Amino acid sequence: MSDQELSFFSRLMLAFAAFWRAVTDPDFAAGVDHLLRGEPSAPRAEPAPPAPGPPPLRETNTDSALQLLGLFQQEGRLVDFLKEDVGAYSDADIGGAARVVHEGCRKTLIEHLHIVPVRSEDEGIRITLEEGFDASETRLTGNVVGKPPFSGTLMHRGWRVSGVNLPKLAEGHEVRVLAPAEVEL
Amino acid sequence: MSEPRYSVGIDLGTTHCVLSYVDLETSDRDEVARHDFGIPQLTAPGAVEMRLALPSFLYIAHPDELTPGDRSLPWDPEPRFVVGELARNLGAGTPIRLVSSAKSWLCHPAVDRRASVLPVEAPEEIERLSPLLATTRYLVHLRDAWNHRFPQSPLAEQAVTLTVPASFDPAARELTAEAAAAAGLHGLILLEEPQAALYSWILASAGAWRKQVDVGDMILVVDLGGGTADLSLIAVTERDGSLELTRVAVGDHILLGGDNMDLALAHVVRSKLAAEGKPLDSWQLQALTHGCRAAKETLLTDPDAESVPVVVPSRGSRLIGGTLRTELTREEVVNTLIEGFFPLVESSARPAVRARTALTKLGLPYAQDAAVTRHLAAFLARQLGAAADLPGFETAEGASFLHPSAVLFNGGVFKAGSLAERTLQALNAWLEAEKAPVARLLAGADLDLAVARGAAYYGYVRRGQGVRIRGGTAKSYYVGIESAMPAVPGMEPPIEAMCIAPFGMEEGTEAELPAQEVGLVVGEPVRFRFFGSSVRREDRVGMVLEQWAQGELEELEEIEADLPAQDRSPGEVVPVRLQAVVTEVGTLRLDAVSRSGDERWKAELNVRGGG
Repeated sequence: MSDQELSFFSRLMLAFAAFWRAVTDPDFAAGVDHLLRGEPSAPRAEPAPPAPGPPPLRETNTDSALQLLGLFQQEGRLVDFLKEDVGAYSDADIGGAARVVHEGCRKTLIEHLHIVPVRSEDEGIRITLEEGFDASETRLTGNVVGKPPFSGTLMHRGWRVSGVNLPKLAEGHEVRVLAPAEVEL
Repeated sequence: MSEPRYSVGIDLGTTHCVLSYVDLETSDRDEVARHDFGIPQLTAPGAVEMRLALPSFLYIAHPDELTPGDRSLPWDPEPRFVVGELARNLGAGTPIRLVSSAKSWLCHPAVDRRASVLPVEAPEEIERLSPLLATTRYLVHLRDAWNHRFPQSPLAEQAVTLTVPASFDPAARELTAEAAAAAGLHGLILLEEPQAALYSWILASAGAWRKQVDVGDMILVVDLGGGTADLSLIAVTERDGSLELTRVAVGDHILLGGDNMDLALAHVVRSKLAAEGKPLDSWQLQALTHGCRAAKETLLTDPDAESVPVVVPSRGSRLIGGTLRTELTREEVVNTLIEGFFPLVESSARPAVRARTALTKLGLPYAQDAAVTRHLAAFLARQLGAAADLPGFETAEGASFLHPSAVLFNGGVFKAGSLAERTLQALNAWLEAEKAPVARLLAGADLDLAVARGAAYYGYVRRGQGVRIRGGTAKSYYVGIESAMPAVPGMEPPIEAMCIAPFGMEEGTEAELPAQEVGLVVGEPVRFRFFGSSVRREDRVGMVLEQWAQGELEELEEIEADLPAQDRSPGEVVPVRLQAVVTEVGTLRLDAVSRSGDERWKAELNVRGGG
């Protein structure tokens, strides 16, 4: 934008253009409004006010996810189980396999992750959430209105990992192989 | 060497190794800073985890089997052998490359313990290891793991106590010390496992043990591990007004343990599956054995459980269709384990001995009778007079076996509480039959970790803190001497046994020199037959036995003396006397001493087998 004075014709064209844009563009209209009230040249739409876009998302490290899945497969055959079509089998067959999965995965879970309930109260009882409770570990549902303290029924105690203890991996270890193929000679 | 910072106890077990330590700097009297050591080991190819136990397995991998990184440990990028959890897992699929039970081989008199014989089933191209080398590798792993964690306090500079079965003979003890020396641990001490278990119980009681036992108590320690059954008797005595413990007897070496029990159950279940037309391969049997162990522990600890499901996962990726499901019932466990391994027998019962067939495959001399209670009955009867010379332990009138007044159980087998109860029940029935008071249970030791913990505590106790178990050697020792008589064709000259080491020699002592001399031939090895007795307590050095009762003396490895020629002419016969020395380490050494007494040669226990 230059500071030199505009001609009448130019001003007339500007008025028309401004009229039209003020009607169609609410941001522009707000800017004109600021000017008409004689307020300091308002935060102009330039450089565009950083729109509150989505914060950058973290890339998670897939190695430890794959490592844990590999452990579940190794001890509890979890991938084998989930990859099968359970529709074709009787409940007794599925039950037998589920024992393998449950026993092995449970062992892995206990060994590698220390998991504790978020709330120590029994499920089904009424609890009170004071102001400033941590929304990341407590989710409100149902009639969510008003202000804390909130009173409600504990439906699920929640789980929180208080310690992770994954095996150390050798440099260059291929975690994408959840279970190697086995060939008996 | 600088003053050690830690007392380290190593339980070098048949199936697991455990390491515990006491921080000597922060411990004082009954305040003992004891810790269990997490042993980093490969748990899967390329994955290292800490576990409290290092499975005593070694795997000799094929060069194409694992990538170099798959084997790497935090302290060694490419170890030659895989040791621990991963070794055991790989061995389940490839048994021909797996070394297991090296400890049992170490005391197997029929093989050369320094020869490369393991794995026994390995085909030609697979490198084999000696039982001695395999034992060394486990110790090297523990040493490296320790040094990695405590670089300022290397293991070789700590006060290390290594446990051995009480029933280990002098040769097996010597080999264990040799394996430790090969791993760089020179200044270590050997301790008997049942004693270690009792030390652990004393430690866990935090001083209260003095209230739980009293002068006159006879403690029976029953240690039933993965591979061996080990029995000891420890008397509570008094000296200068304070309680003292004296180990008075140890049992024979019995290769019978928890692994036999789990395998027995697995075979019961396998035949049940076979009857349903579902045969199992060896991989599945392994998985079944594992499942049976867990099911056994549930059935023997939960009185309400009538049966526990046991599943054998399929080997392929089709888990649901291929998994076999069956049950282990209470009745099967009772019949197989309780009746099979812990039958309620009379105190006069003795283990059955089957004549071995002439063509036995090279294998471990497993106990022929699986009944723990029969072995126990035989042990107590044999040791009837074991404490007769201690004040307050006079043998009861009409007693047919030694009466224990308290029992301490140790070893993973007794995690199934009812097996301990059953053993106590059998013992108390024998005691009641002889109108003796029943024995009580000494509780409170951790069954898996007690031996290592007790060993670490012992290293602390040795530095003058707390009570020590006295005892010395649990046998008297003899050399065989051919009696001088005219040669009769076709008849071996009768042999006499001369006592060279009395019962109860303490560590760091020498036996006196026997009067009788033996002849050594210069330049060629001379062998002597060697005997031990766990019941002849009164024999003094130099006593010559012309005959002895059946089972009183047990023949051990031969002694071999090799006199270097030096300034003598080969073939010359030099008269020497054999002297027994119990070293500070706890091994038995035999020296050949020249007539003048100024020359001394070490006589070796021959561990080359072939007996």
